[in-house]
Amino acid sequence: MAIAHEFAYHKPKTLEEAVKLLGGFKGSARVLAGGTDLIGWIRDGLIAPDALIDLKGIEGLDRIENKNGVVRVGALATFNALRESPVIRTRLPLLWEAAGMVASCGLRNRATMVGNICSAVPCCDSGPVLLAYEAQVALRGKGGGRKVPVGEWFVANKKTAIREGEIVTGVEIPVPARHGACYVKLGRYRGEDLAQVSVAVVALPGQEYRVAFGAVAAKPLRARKVENSLRSKGWADSVKRLVPEEISPITDIRSTKEYRVHMAQIMLARGVRAAVSRLAGKGPAYGTKVI
Amino acid sequence: MATTSHRISLKLNGEGHTLEVESNDLLLDVLREKLGTKSPKIGCERGDCGACTVLLDGKTVRSCLILAVEADGREVTTVEGLGKDGPTALQKSFLKHNSFQCGYCAPGIVLAGHELLAKNPAPNEEEVKEALAGNLCRCTGYEPIVRAVLDVRKGKGRRKGK
Repeated sequence: MAIAHEFAYHKPKTLEEAVKLLGGFKGSARVLAGGTDLIGWIRDGLIAPDALIDLKGIEGLDRIENKNGVVRVGALATFNALRESPVIRTRLPLLWEAAGMVASCGLRNRATMVGNICSAVPCCDSGPVLLAYEAQVALRGKGGGRKVPVGEWFVANKKTAIREGEIVTGVEIPVPARHGACYVKLGRYRGEDLAQVSVAVVALPGQEYRVAFGAVAAKPLRARKVENSLRSKGWADSVKRLVPEEISPITDIRSTKEYRVHMAQIMLARGVRAAVSRLAGKGPAYGTKVI
Repeated sequence: MATTSHRISLKLNGEGHTLEVESNDLLLDVLREKLGTKSPKIGCERGDCGACTVLLDGKTVRSCLILAVEADGREVTTVEGLGKDGPTALQKSFLKHNSFQCGYCAPGIVLAGHELLAKNPAPNEEEVKEALAGNLCRCTGYEPIVRAVLDVRKGKGRRKGK
């Protein structure tokens, strides 16, 4: 027994070799990291690549490094590696908190954050987090490297700004000097589930906020109107009323759009409250569910 | 379009194997059909149910979402390997608490519990539930499962066997 679709498998040892291989397939090959989305998609017939190029033979791509105030998360760093990283826990607690809510332990042992944003499903947990941290996606192609701000990365459902022949090598996250944050994820039940709605909040000193939503539009989105309103007057119930202007959820198997709008408002309120108290050194410990 | 063939070497439950696999062979199928290890079960085949769980270099993974060729040079452990020298304390606790109903989810849950206890020998109930969350019991017998794991925590004083 095997997957019905036939494809070749390559495991290059260097990034240069991987880029060359990928270029040779002219868009008909896919890059493999954890495979937790990719293998399922091939099996379901959603994609039918001629070849898979496994990055796991490339040394160093799994690194999580903190250099000059920027944390670089390599393409092979799994969600559980993020959870176990002291740098992520202490410097980027929003990512640490969200990483623990992705799928289940057995998937987090394999699934990578970079894979998550490459799959780019609207409910991906990394999307709102990386938007709120104003991260950049680092890519390598035949012509060299480039960086794309996460705000420009997500284009549509499962569509990103990646170009044919490019490989995402990692994500660069500038560390805010001091911040409180909160990732709020709503599932249908406790335990592993995809988000019905998710909210990422970063509170910075001086009443600066960054707010991003997941699962309420075709792609993860930054909520600028909400941020501006928070900046000018702090938390007020009027902020909640801006939420329906920012998001455009659909009704699907996991919930109705009305429920998503309603919960997005409640989750924003709780997320802002937790982020603000965490900024002040109080509030629930990171990882504590606020919904 | 065609597959590619690969000669891979892996360690399964402590024993070395070298075999030929195709690029589109799944680890789950190779373990069951080529290597005769039947404890990883075929369930949802999309990573949701946990029935196909195996330890890959000591960490739980979904063998239905891994290509066999990706296991080259790695160490795979299933409950057959865990219980090689008799049932582990966790497995005994499963028996004691009657944590199996149909038993389909049990190999995956035992491995998930094993991984949790290796990382965190004294988990609280919330941590146990979180660690087992990706393993579905189709009989919905979760309570005795959670009790079985809690019963072998360090500091419980009732730990028997190894």
